[in-house]
Amino acid sequence: MAESQSHASEVSWLRGLALSARLLARDWRAGEMRVLAVGLLIAVASLTTVAFFADRVRQALSSEASQLLGADLVVVSDRPIDDSLRKAATDLSLATADAVRFPSMTVAGERTVLTEIKAVGPGYPLKGRMTIRTSNDAQPKTPKAIPESGTVWVDDRLLARLQVNVGDTVSVGERGFRVAATLVEEPESSVGFLNLGPRLTLNLADLQSTGLVQVGSRVGYRLAVAGNPDRVLAFRSIATGRIGPGQRVEDVRDARPEIRSALERAEKFLGLSALLSVILAAVAVALAARRYLRRHLDGCAVMRCLGASQGLILRLHVQQFLILGLAAGALGCAAGFAGQAVLSALLTPIVGVALPLPGMRPLLQGFVAGLVLLLGFAIPPIVALRRVPTLRVLRRDLGLPDRAGWLGYAVGIVALSGLLLWEAQDAKVGWYVLGGAWGTVLMLSLISFGALRLLVRAGRNAGFAWRFGFANLHRRPLSTVAQVVALGVGIMALVLLTLVRGDLLTSWKRTLPAEAPNRFLINVQPDQVGELKAFFVAKGLAEPVVFPMVRGRLVGINGSPVASADYADERTKRLIDREFNLSWAEQPQTDNRIVAGRWWKRDERGVPVFSVEEGIAQTLGIKLDDRLTYEIAGSRLEGKVTSLRKVEWDSFRVNFFVVSPPGVLEPFPVSYVTSFHLPVDRAPLMDQLVKRFPNFVVIDVAALLEQIQRMMDQVVKAVEFVFLFGLIAGLVVLFAALSATHDERMFDAAILRTLGATSRQVLATQAAEFAVIGALAGLLASLGASVLGYVLAIKVLNVPYAIDPVVWLVGLFGGIAGVLAAGLLGTRRVLSTPPMRIFREAG
Amino acid sequence: MRATGLTKQVDTGRARLTILEDVSLEIVTGEAVAILGASGSGKTTLLGLLAGLDTPTTGQVHVNGVELSALDEDGRAALRRRLVGFVFQSFQLLPALTALENVMLPMELAGNAGARESATALLSRTGLAERLDHYPRQLSGGEQQRVALARAFTGPPRVLFADEPTGNLDAATGEEIINLMFDLNREHRTTLLLVTHDESLAARCDRRLKLAAGRLVHG
Repeated sequence: MAESQSHASEVSWLRGLALSARLLARDWRAGEMRVLAVGLLIAVASLTTVAFFADRVRQALSSEASQLLGADLVVVSDRPIDDSLRKAATDLSLATADAVRFPSMTVAGERTVLTEIKAVGPGYPLKGRMTIRTSNDAQPKTPKAIPESGTVWVDDRLLARLQVNVGDTVSVGERGFRVAATLVEEPESSVGFLNLGPRLTLNLADLQSTGLVQVGSRVGYRLAVAGNPDRVLAFRSIATGRIGPGQRVEDVRDARPEIRSALERAEKFLGLSALLSVILAAVAVALAARRYLRRHLDGCAVMRCLGASQGLILRLHVQQFLILGLAAGALGCAAGFAGQAVLSALLTPIVGVALPLPGMRPLLQGFVAGLVLLLGFAIPPIVALRRVPTLRVLRRDLGLPDRAGWLGYAVGIVALSGLLLWEAQDAKVGWYVLGGAWGTVLMLSLISFGALRLLVRAGRNAGFAWRFGFANLHRRPLSTVAQVVALGVGIMALVLLTLVRGDLLTSWKRTLPAEAPNRFLINVQPDQVGELKAFFVAKGLAEPVVFPMVRGRLVGINGSPVASADYADERTKRLIDREFNLSWAEQPQTDNRIVAGRWWKRDERGVPVFSVEEGIAQTLGIKLDDRLTYEIAGSRLEGKVTSLRKVEWDSFRVNFFVVSPPGVLEPFPVSYVTSFHLPVDRAPLMDQLVKRFPNFVVIDVAALLEQIQRMMDQVVKAVEFVFLFGLIAGLVVLFAALSATHDERMFDAAILRTLGATSRQVLATQAAEFAVIGALAGLLASLGASVLGYVLAIKVLNVPYAIDPVVWLVGLFGGIAGVLAAGLLGTRRVLSTPPMRIFREAG
Repeated sequence: MRATGLTKQVDTGRARLTILEDVSLEIVTGEAVAILGASGSGKTTLLGLLAGLDTPTTGQVHVNGVELSALDEDGRAALRRRLVGFVFQSFQLLPALTALENVMLPMELAGNAGARESATALLSRTGLAERLDHYPRQLSGGEQQRVALARAFTGPPRVLFADEPTGNLDAATGEEIINLMFDLNREHRTTLLLVTHDESLAARCDRRLKLAAGRLVHG
């Protein structure tokens, strides 16, 4: 027995690993692993490309947005900023620049104009473009430094209203300055109504000599900081810890709600496309693993028969898959890195800024995702594989208990869910995608199961091909449902990624169309409204829609007095201290949506009720049915909140926090406000307008608007590229779904051939089967894509969405044509191959 | 090898079906035994039980002095690894492996060194020296069964179980395979248990057992 003793021990750990590698190599060579590996590779590659690129785009977007802020971060204070804070920034190797802003009168001869003065120190601006023009006909250029001592730069509005030119002298406080240039573009050109006046920039060193800044002056001190993002973050926490009352830290997101809104949507779009790739990859991996399992049932039975223990079979396969997973992970990460590099190179001219290098976190994401997908969907079937009855070598009809398969999928589903939530970054988006994905799969399964039963019943009296095709579908209902659902998910992804994506992106861009208002006009007096409209019409422009505006301070909620001291939050304090712009309207504006309560009816004219913007209501703790008291020009107005509205602030249209029905606010002093789009070539019209109505204040947001639109375009490009990966993943799913039943189909066809079926008959039965599967999958895909598109639009992206009938047509006919073509292409070999060979291959 | 009172029943939902009933037999080392019987007589079931691929409802099987039902699934696998070889009607080669790799597999699973050399030698002995790198689908039925024979004799086994080894082959090829099998059997002094319904094939064995409706008729 000495000989058999040597056989008694099973393979050692190291030999086992080597054997796994050999088995993997053999399986690979025989083409058994390809779909699985390609699925995995694409999953990891698309995920890492998305993650790498999203990382870079996110960094680039915030740097683009930083241009608007003029820095990465600004500390704002109502008193001079402590030197220790400046030192903290310098210690972190961050660049700093000081600025002081305050409103003051600028004087030239007889004329005085309330001006937004900004005194800037060396280095300003740290981020973003600033361009000036040194004479009326000179090209705008970027200044090399801040204004020289004794000179100022002013904007066109100030020149027009003071009626001076470049080279003339204007006075600010006690000091005269020479106007050295006009400001064309500068960061921090805010859209808010608080910064109304024309602008003047002077050298910080000259500030003292104006005598304007004294104790008690309404002055904003600003310390701008820029540099390495991690250090900016570090500085942010230092600064947040040190600031006191009257001070705050602003970054791009705090400073600009419209930028924040755009950034958040961009991140959601990118995140969503990454998640879609993950789901698709999971489906592909699950299908491929299932096929692998089916094809290896015999092999495992033989190995058991040859004396391999259950543990050895499990170990060999798990190791085999781990090697595959790590290899696909590494290759996928490399491909992802290359993909994002190519993409960045392609997009840099459009992005306009060099993309910062990506972080390394996406590598981890890629590896983890690949292994989770593989372990979740491939390992459970392998665990089942080790329980293959050895007797299968004698009786081929012995398979695996079905329960093992379902349990396996349960493990995969849990693993994938965890992965999705982890990758989503945003919990809300994650749950929506998760709920959407599993809800969709469940819904598709039920519907296709029901439809299949109906079809089989209906097909009993159909011709041979249909009857045989239906019978085939019915023979393995679960497998057919799985295939329809997988194909459905694949097609759905394709439809979502092409048609619905287009609709969503268009809706998003439509929220800020090319003709979005680029000028705000305020301080229009009631008796000037008619004249204003006439002026526009006379100049060939559309008559502007004007909104009444009454300024009032909120003094009470439900009868209790309200004071800024009652609120801890700085922003809330500021909101309480300043005057609200109230307005009245008969109908809600098109970009407003009632989220609670109801809008007033026509006959409620004169009833003192309010509709409050949702965000401000939340900040101030205002609920539906609360009573608000406003102090307006010395008298009080009380009214009940009857509705809350959601407002699209980034639409650049005039909007109000608080609106009442007509007939409530009219007795109070009212002015009018409008926004309109002025084509670039009509810009001189504004000078005429201001000359005609000197009291008007025109706010030019064209530059800001252009910056935001440019950013939006970049995002759309990026998202489209990222969707391309989802598209490839979708195709892999389709391929995997069709190959899943390929072997059985070949076998069936060979039997038909053996029984004397003609090529036509074989083709017809297969075509019938594929057509039914394709039609079902296509219809389900359209249904899923429409519902998901709707949910994404309304719940996640906050853009309007209309169900597109084209989606349904493309889904149905694309499904039939695609599945038919791909399916027949895959099984065409059956017509030219002797049946015996197919039987032999099938074992 | 000794079997006592082997009975195999299966549940078919409503009724219990008895496939094999109270079969007892004994086979001595080096003996070649044929199990004959019509389709459904329980031949393959008996083979499965004797080889430890399945467990009896009642009764015992002793192989080389070890009682199979006393072992767990992995214990029986280890026993097969040490003592048993198989040849099947449907060859049961792994489609992803070449002829050589199929023969190497049992040795690799046992962790034996020199698998490649032994496998090459065995394949040469079965006349397939030129086809080492062919996949099963590239081989004829007879060639596939030769690979299966080569695989069965790695070890070499104490007992060879053959389930209708010529069932998928034409008469001439079947004859060649059977000659090869008996030659190898003699060379390695292996005990042979052959399941067949072919009387002439059974006639080449030392002893014939006949099964009818799950019971041993001669033996």
